[in-house]
Amino acid sequence: MLTIIDYGTGNLGSLANMVKSIQIPVKISSDIAEIESAEKLILPGVGSFDHGMQKLEELQLIEILNKKVIRDHIPILGICLGMQLFSLTSEEGKRAGLGWLDAKTVKFSFQQNSSLKIPHMGWEELNIKKSHFLFQDTKLNAMYYFVHSFHLVCNKEEDILSTSHYGYDFVSSISKDNIIGVQFHPEKSHKYGMKVLENFCTN
Amino acid sequence: MIQTRVIPSLLLKGEGLVKTVNFSNPKYIGDPINAVRIFNEKEVHELVFLDITASIERRSPRFDILSNIASECFMPLGYGGGIRTLEQAKKIFSLGVEKIIINSYAIENPSFIRNLADMVGSQSVVVSIDAKKNFFGKYETYTLSGTTKTVWNPISWAQEAERLGAGEIILNSIDRDGTMKGYDIPLIKNVSGSVNIPVVACGGAGTAKDFSTAVHEGGASAIAAGSMFVYYGKYRAVLINFPDDEELKSVGLN
Repeated sequence: MLTIIDYGTGNLGSLANMVKSIQIPVKISSDIAEIESAEKLILPGVGSFDHGMQKLEELQLIEILNKKVIRDHIPILGICLGMQLFSLTSEEGKRAGLGWLDAKTVKFSFQQNSSLKIPHMGWEELNIKKSHFLFQDTKLNAMYYFVHSFHLVCNKEEDILSTSHYGYDFVSSISKDNIIGVQFHPEKSHKYGMKVLENFCTN
Repeated sequence: MIQTRVIPSLLLKGEGLVKTVNFSNPKYIGDPINAVRIFNEKEVHELVFLDITASIERRSPRFDILSNIASECFMPLGYGGGIRTLEQAKKIFSLGVEKIIINSYAIENPSFIRNLADMVGSQSVVVSIDAKKNFFGKYETYTLSGTTKTVWNPISWAQEAERLGAGEIILNSIDRDGTMKGYDIPLIKNVSGSVNIPVVACGGAGTAKDFSTAVHEGGASAIAAGSMFVYYGKYRAVLINFPDDEELKSVGLN
């Protein structure tokens, strides 16, 4: 069963409903035993990096997540903050991330006279860097919805699945074996986002 | 970036969806969740929900309804109506709403715009301005669903809202609301020419061509409409609809 990890960071309603609308059975859970039995995981997330890590820790989910993802190689999709938590550190906080990805999370940084605002909020295209099932059969001009102040910087080029442009090119999705992450919100990107979720759920 | 967002602006009264004409005579047009589900099927860039009686009744937003709407909404969502505290705004965000829309209370207490922007960032703070032409042809700003005239003209109020940290203006024409006779282009032009933040034109759209006029002649950054997306045909049958990409392209948008 696909399990969306509920660690107390925002409304998971639209995500769960979108998954349901593509006819995939889904569970929302913070229960260790349920996560243990999951075949696929989604780590969503809105809010700050430290708050997210603290919540995972409080719910004692870090160990089980490490087991599922690193040892059992269960596919996991991180969304927004969820993906950023895969990194080693974040400029947003002091806590260590899950460290599954050789990457750090940094704040958007523009020249002082830039009119670009933070958070970055809007629809952007993806510049897909490698072939991956996540974007299989997606439209060429597909747009995805972003709301974020921080983004990943990957130390390994091969982990970058796509970049998008906001002031400069930033990492908008990653993949490393069973670990996949998207900076945008598929659950807020109507048809295009639904296709990405469907690809994750069915591959 | 999407060049021009096209945004259905949907009005809540109680638990139902209504549509007004000149901000009056709200007519029941259906269930909000059903409307959201239909819009999910279209490639809608953003949805706006406005509770048109919350401020008049001086009551809180209906968090229960909003939570259901946000859970069904597969696109970014803005909400306005009855927001008077930062706690309410925070709660609305936690329900999965991306933008907070304020109108009456912003005029009553302009520093709320600043406080909200400090808390959530300007991007998520939208000031909605309801404008109406007076007998002498001058525009005036109204609050409380068009029932109360204020001292502000829409241009100076938009500038003040921008100065205080609003990230976007939704500019409604009370005169054009529900008429489907086209946007009030001079109003849009005056306001969009006076601020640097995006101005979303609202009120009067009847055809996709009207969008293009609001953008190319009025200088609107984005387009909102109500009647056009909920009515169909000359007898105004209730039918949720939305122009596809091709249609938008054919009028010179996106």
